Amino acid sequence: MTDRLILSGSAWVGDVPLFAGLRLELPRARWTALLGPSGVGKTTILRLIAGLPTGVRFQGAVENARPVALMAQDAALLPWLTVAQNVALGARLRHQIPDWTRVQDLLHRVGLADLADRMPAALSGGQRQRVALARTLMEDRDPVLLDEPFSALDVRARLRMQDLAADLLRGRTVLMVTHDPAEAARLADHLLVLTEAGLTQHRAPPAPPPRPPDAPDVLATQARLMAQLMQPL
Amino acid sequence: MMWRVLIAVLLGLGLWQGLIALTGLAPYLLPGPGAVAQAMWRYRNELSLATLRTTTEVLAGFSLGAALGMAVALISAMTPRIDMVLRPILLTSQTIPIFALAPILTLWLGYGMAPKIAVTVLMTFFPVATAFLDGLGRTPAAYLDLAQVMGASRWRLMCHVRIPAALPALGTGLTLAAVYAPVGAVIGEWVGGSQGLGALMIHANGRMRIDLVFACMSVVTGLALIFHTLVARLVAARFGRYR
Repeated sequence: MTDRLILSGSAWVGDVPLFAGLRLELPRARWTALLGPSGVGKTTILRLIAGLPTGVRFQGAVENARPVALMAQDAALLPWLTVAQNVALGARLRHQIPDWTRVQDLLHRVGLADLADRMPAALSGGQRQRVALARTLMEDRDPVLLDEPFSALDVRARLRMQDLAADLLRGRTVLMVTHDPAEAARLADHLLVLTEAGLTQHRAPPAPPPRPPDAPDVLATQARLMAQLMQPL
Repeated sequence: MMWRVLIAVLLGLGLWQGLIALTGLAPYLLPGPGAVAQAMWRYRNELSLATLRTTTEVLAGFSLGAALGMAVALISAMTPRIDMVLRPILLTSQTIPIFALAPILTLWLGYGMAPKIAVTVLMTFFPVATAFLDGLGRTPAAYLDLAQVMGASRWRLMCHVRIPAALPALGTGLTLAAVYAPVGAVIGEWVGGSQGLGALMIHANGRMRIDLVFACMSVVTGLALIFHTLVARLVAARFGRYR
């Protein structure tokens, strides 16, 4: 495909190189997981693709950059808006009239149809991330960028959110930054590991995501990813 | 809450009476709580009139000061270039002793209410402006990222994200300014004019009516506390959900 999104280039924090000669492609309609330890530039890559300020010096280009939807670890729900108004935030910020039927439909799909009029303060962490997912889907963008979206949740909520996200984001180009090999092995079609040594690609299990967390090939993939993360420099 | 206030007041009165017993100061130098209460009752008409006058100045000065403070903060937050110029001016304006400025304001604005309101404005706008500006500059990064990715204009971002997110900070500034406002009005009244609690205080001091001076001070303190409580309640009711 010619229109796949490609980031290529090098970045420095001051004079210290963050990554050099990197080339990262996002296959269309596929879920790409970018895995790696903290501080290697995963989030910087995501922010460069999103067109957000990074604080690094970047020399390179993002080809076929498109408007993105963003979901981060912090659900970032505005506390003065109801759940439904938060889902419709994009329209409010662009001075458009929100499609409330679609808001209600999306809230139904993330399992929060009854909570549309609640304030965010009354929600649990998992519920907040569901609202954030509905808001991300409301934007109807491609690619969708996920920056460790589930890492603040407990195991049960995290697994459920992963299933839900895999289901609702199917067919979209997704880039998920994570430091959890198990999450990457469950969800991704394409596995990329970024370490100080550079970017390497891993084969994902053949089954379509979301894969059972305890499937043998998921566990094997997880083990391979961990082994690479633990490799000495 | 009411109990704690009552205990604090009783404790204060006890200390006051104790101080008199300890120092043996004559009643015309340091009157006891009883004497002050008597003065309050005896001069109730003068005190009521003066309180009404001072309250009017406080309300007018606080409203204008708060509006000015909010406007300054918004302009600064919207335009970084103006902010660069405005911030040092704001800070400098607060280094000028208000006691030195009050007589000049009286010269400029006369002996009516205007200079008192002006002093109150000067005392209240700064805490409001700095608290609001601080809040406007501390919008959570996650909100800013989201708004940028969603394609918000600078103006929509200000109205729908940065201002609402800064309202709790503005509330803190307003609550603080409410404590300063009565002090500002009283300082204005000390310097010129014949009405209000400050003027009554100066007048009583000149005639060595220390009991009336203390009565005036008690009323000013009460006024400040009541005003502070009202503003704090209003802020909690209106801005609570923005936190």
